[in-house]
Amino acid sequence: MNAMTNAFTHRDHPVLRVSGLTKRYGDRIAVEDAAFEVYPGEVLAVVGESGSGKSTLLNCVSAQLKPDAGRVEFLTRHEGMVEIFAMSESQRRFIARTDWGFVHQNAEDGLRMHVSAGANVGERLMALGQRHYGELRREAVDWLSRVEVDATRIDDLPASFSGGMRQRLQIARNLVTRPRLIFMDEPTSGLDVSVQARLLDLLRTLTRGLSLSAIIVTHDLAVARLLAHRMLVMKNGRIVETGLTDQVLDDPQHPYTQLLVSSVLQP
Amino acid sequence: MNPLDMQTSSIAVTPGTRDDGYNFAYLDERTKRMIRRAILKAVAIPGYQVAFGSREMPLPYGWGTGGIQVTAAVIGPQDVLKVIDQGADDTVNAVNIRRFFQRTTGVAVTERTREATLIQTRHRIPETPLAKHQIIVYQVPQPEPLQRLEPRAFETRRMHGLAEYGLMHVKLYEDIARFGHVATTYDYPVMVNDRYLMAPSPIPKFDNPKMHMNPALQLFGAGREKRIYAIPPFTKVQSLAFDDHPFAVQKWSASCELCGAADSFLDEVVVDDRGGRIHACSDSDYCRERREGSVQP
Repeated sequence: MNAMTNAFTHRDHPVLRVSGLTKRYGDRIAVEDAAFEVYPGEVLAVVGESGSGKSTLLNCVSAQLKPDAGRVEFLTRHEGMVEIFAMSESQRRFIARTDWGFVHQNAEDGLRMHVSAGANVGERLMALGQRHYGELRREAVDWLSRVEVDATRIDDLPASFSGGMRQRLQIARNLVTRPRLIFMDEPTSGLDVSVQARLLDLLRTLTRGLSLSAIIVTHDLAVARLLAHRMLVMKNGRIVETGLTDQVLDDPQHPYTQLLVSSVLQP
Repeated sequence: MNPLDMQTSSIAVTPGTRDDGYNFAYLDERTKRMIRRAILKAVAIPGYQVAFGSREMPLPYGWGTGGIQVTAAVIGPQDVLKVIDQGADDTVNAVNIRRFFQRTTGVAVTERTREATLIQTRHRIPETPLAKHQIIVYQVPQPEPLQRLEPRAFETRRMHGLAEYGLMHVKLYEDIARFGHVATTYDYPVMVNDRYLMAPSPIPKFDNPKMHMNPALQLFGAGREKRIYAIPPFTKVQSLAFDDHPFAVQKWSASCELCGAADSFLDEVVVDDRGGRIHACSDSDYCRERREGSVQP
């Protein structure tokens, strides 16, 4: 038990370990032999062009898609590293709504659009058995202010929110259970640059403050540079390069990464 | 026709006067066995929705095709049947279903809750407490309490399987945020036996506490949705609520204009064309009993 507690608190022990992960759609290979680790408090960016397998990788790792081969292990609170596809469905769903968060590219996919912002934030708490309306209310106000949404909007439907606000609401809804690992699929695309900058700033503050691990899928290298400690570059379903963000962006080794970095316009 | 006349004439019906053109209780024996198997399973797993092969009935969907099939499967020649719709025995749905079973089974019928062994109901539970020899059959339009919140049936089935019912509280939260109190007044969701979330059919939430630890067997049939579920006698049934917004039933400042009852579910009835209105018991048998003095207030 002591060893497990140590593993849980130790920053040198990965919170997520992926090995040999492969996913095919029929004959086409979406992801082949992916392997990486995520450490506590670390933000990992997955970059690559459209169709390179980024989203498939994220969906497999977050247990939304069953891979054809490979292992995905997560550091649970009480049982150490557990293979997520070996868990029972109820255990996996429990972890998905307590220890994990998932921020979708389109906020509409991650929010319940027909219930108020407060209910959106409180849903995970209610799923965990919180049955006190006043507490839920307090928690919702607290999280709305943390993601810089005006607390007076608590009873408004997300449909009346702007794109940036919806995205921030989605983040609050995920963070309310204080997850340890958060998956983000293109969280900033579709937002204009000033809103993007604000969201990135918020994400950086939150991941630092809560020592949250995150896997961010993005095609925007600027997002990776701002947020990520390490990055993976994917091409045709394979991870072609990994390394510290600055190292990969400033001194790319693989020809594809060189192409990717050089094709970004410098303003 | 005066419902009291009808009752006197129908009570005279004896087994044997039924229409021989139909099998007893309309459905063929194999169908009744299939429905009984579904009922047995439903009783074994309180609150769980059991799928069954719902048949076409000589009645449109939404008029009680589920309840009528459940009644047909459990009724026997010795039963005394009562049928109510919105608490009353003389409304069109109740009259039709009662006549249907008189014709196809020839059983005795009654309007008195105490005399009945089998009660088919739409939208109410009688005010008179039920006893352990009685069965009450509810007509259910929408058996899935989560459907309005989660339209995917495979997802709601999984939520029942894993007992993930947080979403139902999201609905209650929305009510409180919007109206200051839980504004759901009928079909108010309940937890059965601490396990399954269940739609109690569109009875007013006033009737929810009556389901808890009720000595009678409670059966629910949804014909269009092809589901049967049940609450066995003496089963725990709890209405959902928040700790700081506890479950409460409707209250009226008026009492029944006809019998003076202050403890029954009241309907507001318009009595003239000048906007005059009175409150009256929705349970017509309870109201009559009180007026006849068989129940002391």
